[in-house]
Amino acid sequence: MDFNWPLLVSQMFNGLVLGALLALISSGLTIIYGTLGVLNLAHGAMFMMGGYAGWLTYQYTNSYILAVAGGSLFVLVVGIIMERVVIRHFYDRPDEDQILVTFGLGIVFVELVRWGFGSLSLTVPSPSWASGITSLGFMIYPTYRLAVVAIVAVALLILYVVLYRTRLGMIVRAGIEDAGMVDALGINVYRVFMIVFGIGAMAAGFAGIVNAPVAPITPDIGTDILVQTFVVVVIGGVGSFPGAILGGLIAGEILSLTSMVNPSYSQVMLFAVMTLVLVVSPYGLLGAKGRD
Amino acid sequence: MATKNSAFRVWGPDVLTALGLVVAPFVLPHLGFTQDTMSRILIYGLFGIGFDILFGFTGLLSFGQSAFFGTGGFVAAYLLTQTGMTSVILALLIGTVFAAAVGVLVGLIALRRTGIYFAMITVAIAEVFFFLENSPLSAFTGGENGLPGVPSPTFYLGFTTIHIGSGWTMYGFLAVCFLIGMVIARRIVLSPVGLVLVAIRDNPLRAAAVGHNVHSYKLLAFVIAAAYGGLAGGLLGVLQGYMPPDAFAFDTSGQLVMQTVIGGLGTLFGPLVGAAVWLYLRDFLQSTVNLGAAWKLALGVVFVLLVVFLRRGIIGGVVDLVRLSRGKPAPVEEVEESIVVPAAAAVPTGDIEPVEHGEPILVATGLTKRYGGLLANSDIDFTVRRGELRGIIGPNGAGKSTFFKMLTCEVPPSAGKIVFEDKDITGFSVTEVCQLGLTKSYQVNQLFSRLTVRDNLNIAAAAQRRGPFKMDVLRRVGHIDGIEETVAETLDLVNLTKRADNLVSELAYGEKRRLEIGLALATSPKLLLLDEPLAGMSPRERVETVKLLKSIRQGRTMIVIDHDMDAIFELTESITVLQEGRVLVEGTPQEIKNNPTVQEAYLGGVHEE
Repeated sequence: MDFNWPLLVSQMFNGLVLGALLALISSGLTIIYGTLGVLNLAHGAMFMMGGYAGWLTYQYTNSYILAVAGGSLFVLVVGIIMERVVIRHFYDRPDEDQILVTFGLGIVFVELVRWGFGSLSLTVPSPSWASGITSLGFMIYPTYRLAVVAIVAVALLILYVVLYRTRLGMIVRAGIEDAGMVDALGINVYRVFMIVFGIGAMAAGFAGIVNAPVAPITPDIGTDILVQTFVVVVIGGVGSFPGAILGGLIAGEILSLTSMVNPSYSQVMLFAVMTLVLVVSPYGLLGAKGRD
Repeated sequence: MATKNSAFRVWGPDVLTALGLVVAPFVLPHLGFTQDTMSRILIYGLFGIGFDILFGFTGLLSFGQSAFFGTGGFVAAYLLTQTGMTSVILALLIGTVFAAAVGVLVGLIALRRTGIYFAMITVAIAEVFFFLENSPLSAFTGGENGLPGVPSPTFYLGFTTIHIGSGWTMYGFLAVCFLIGMVIARRIVLSPVGLVLVAIRDNPLRAAAVGHNVHSYKLLAFVIAAAYGGLAGGLLGVLQGYMPPDAFAFDTSGQLVMQTVIGGLGTLFGPLVGAAVWLYLRDFLQSTVNLGAAWKLALGVVFVLLVVFLRRGIIGGVVDLVRLSRGKPAPVEEVEESIVVPAAAAVPTGDIEPVEHGEPILVATGLTKRYGGLLANSDIDFTVRRGELRGIIGPNGAGKSTFFKMLTCEVPPSAGKIVFEDKDITGFSVTEVCQLGLTKSYQVNQLFSRLTVRDNLNIAAAAQRRGPFKMDVLRRVGHIDGIEETVAETLDLVNLTKRADNLVSELAYGEKRRLEIGLALATSPKLLLLDEPLAGMSPRERVETVKLLKSIRQGRTMIVIDHDMDAIFELTESITVLQEGRVLVEGTPQEIKNNPTVQEAYLGGVHEE
C-alpha cells in the first residue's frame, strides 16, 4: 500500500488554514465569555455577517482590503450595539437567559440576511496579489490559503498585544478576575465590556470575510462554524485565549486529516476528541479550574 | 378544604387535558388549525414535555434534543420498514427505549460539566448525530432520503378493528399518546423525584448537601427527556408515513427550545402552547400575510422579545394577568416579625447543667488544609462527644470555615483523618456524609429560593428518608413515611409554621436564617454543624436565635462557630479556640474567658475590666 504523502501534507496545510480561522473565531468567543461571562450563541452569525458585509463592500469598491475593513467594522458596530441594547440587561440574569437571548438574536440575524440577500451562495474573489498557486518546492498550494494563515496570525498577534500589552487589556484581565473590584477602582467596566464584546464579535466577522474567498458564503454558514467553535473552546478551556488558539489548531487538523480518510467521519472524530478531553481534563487543556 | 384542593391539584389538570383534547377538533378548525397542524402540535407538545422536565424543572438547557428525536424516530421507522416488524406500538416503544439508552450514554458525557459547558456540549452532540445519520449510518437511515413507507397502527379490539388513517383517527391516536405522556410526566413532577429536580434547579449545592445524589437525578432527567424525544420522533414518522432526515437537524433542537420558552417553562403545557403558536403563526405568516421565508424572522423577533420582557412565556403571562385582574398582585402578606419564643423552646434558660457525655461521635486527627502556599488549617486534633454542644471561636482568618468544610467533606483535607461514628469518612462526598447524619447550616443562606418553606423542608427531609437516589416516580411527596411529621416538627422548632406556604423570597432575613437552620435540622442529623448562625442579625434576632439554638440543642450533638462571644459563652459547655489554623486552647467557657493566652492572642490582650 503506497501512502500519498503530498496529499497528507496538503491536507495538513488545509487543516492549518481551517485551524487558524477557528482559533481566531474561538478567541473572540472566549474573550467575551472570559470578560463578560456571556456565552454568545450569535457568534456564528457574526462570522456570517462579516462575510456578507464584506461582500457588499466589495461590490461597490472592488477592493479586497476595503471589503475586509468593511466586514470587520460592520460586525464591530453590530457587536457594540448588541451589547449596549440587549446584553447589558442580561448580566444579572441566569446563564440560561443569556444563552436563550443570544440564540434568538443569532436566528434573527441569519433570517434578516436571508431576507435581504436570499439563500444562494455568494463569493468574493481572492485579491490579485494572492491569486493563483504558489510552489513550496515539495508541493504547490493555493496562494490565498497561505495568505489566510499569515493574515490570521497577524490578527491573533494584534489581539494578543491588545489583551496583554495595553491598559485596556490589563483592565479586561482584571475584569475577568473581579469585575466588581475594577468598577470600585473607578474604571467604567461597562464601557470596557462594550468594547470587548465589539472586539470579540469583530474577530468572528474578520474571519468571516477573510474566509469568503476560500468558501462561498450563505446565511447558514455560521451554524456549523459555531458548533466547531464550541468544540474548540471545550477542548482548549473556556475563557482561555491560548486555549482557543491551541484548540483551534487541533480541531482544524482533526477535521482536515480525518476527511482525507473519510470526510463523513471528520465531525465524529472531532467530537470523539472533545469527549476524550472532557474525560481526561474536564476543564479543557488550558482552562482554569473554578470558573464554570 | 385543603384535601379537596390537593385532589384537584393532583388529578384536575389530567382530566382537563383529556377534555381539551376531545373538544379541540370541534373548536380549533374554525380558528384555522388544520388536522395536520394539530397533529404536529401534539407531537412537538409531547417532545417538549420531556424537555420541560429537563430544562424547566431541572434547569439543564440542552440544545441536543434532536439527537433523541431522530434516534427514536429512525429506530422505529427502520424496524417497521426494513425488518418486517408489524406492530407499530412495539416499534415505537423500542424506539423510545433505544433513545433513552442513548440518553444515558450522552448524559454521562454532557453532565460532566454544568452551565454553559453543558449547553455547548449538547450542541456538539446534536451535530454529531446529524452527521452520523447522514453518512456512516445511511445504510440504516436512508441518508438524505430518509425512510419512506412508515405504516400507521391498527388496533384489533375483538369486535372491531380500528385502522389509524391520515384523518382524525390519526389525531385521536396522537392525542391518546400525548395524554399518556402528560399523565406520566405529571406523576413524575408531583413525586419526590420531581421535588428533587426543582431543588437541583434552584440550588444544586444545597440539594447535594442535604443528601441527594445530584448527578444521578440530573442523569435521570436527561434520560426522561431523551425517552420523550424518542417517542415523539417515532410518532412523527407514523404521522407523515415517512421519517425525514431533518429530524436530526440542529434546527429541530432550536425549534423545541424556542417553542418551550414561548409557551412557558416549568409548566409541562408550555411546549404545547408554544408549538401551537409557532405552527399557527408559521402558516398564518406564510400564506395569509405572504411573508414567505421571512416567517422565521418574525418568530425569531417574537422569541427575543419574550426572553427579554416575558421570561415566563405565554402561560406565565396569563397567570400573572389573571392574578392582576383578581386584584391580588402578588401573594406578599406582611406577617409581624414574631418575637414569641415557640412553645417547644420553653427550656431552661439559665445555665445549662453539665451533661454526662457519651462516647466520641467525631474524631479528627492531624487535619491539615493547604491552598497553594497558604496553610489554612494545620495538624488539628479535634474530638466531639455525643450530646456535646461545642463552640468554635477564633479571629477572622483563623481557619474556622475551612475546618467546617473539611468536617462536612465539602473540601478534602490535604492531610489527616476524619472518623464519624467509628467510620473513616475522609474523602467522602457531602451527600454521603449527610446521609450518615452529619450536616451543617451555612454561613451564607443556601435555600431553594423559588419554592415554599414547606417544600424546602420536604426536600431536606426526603433525602434522609429515601436515601441519596430513588426512582419513586409514582409516589407523592406527602406519602413518604413520616415526612409530614418531620416537617411539622421542624417548622415548629424554627418557628415558621405560619409561614409554611410562603415562598422563600417573601421571607424576612431573620426568617430565612431560621429556615437555613431548619434545612439542616430536617435531615435529622446526629451531628449538626452551625456556621455563624447569628451572622448579619439584628440584636433582637440574635436573642431569638440563641433561644432557638438552646431549644434545638435537646438531645442533639452540635458544633457552633460564631463571632458573638456572649452567645457562644452562654450556649456552649466547651469551646475550642482556633488561631492561625491551629488549636490554641480548649476548655469550658469559664476557662476560656480567664485564659491569658486567649486574652492575649484573641481578645487583643484585654484584661479584666
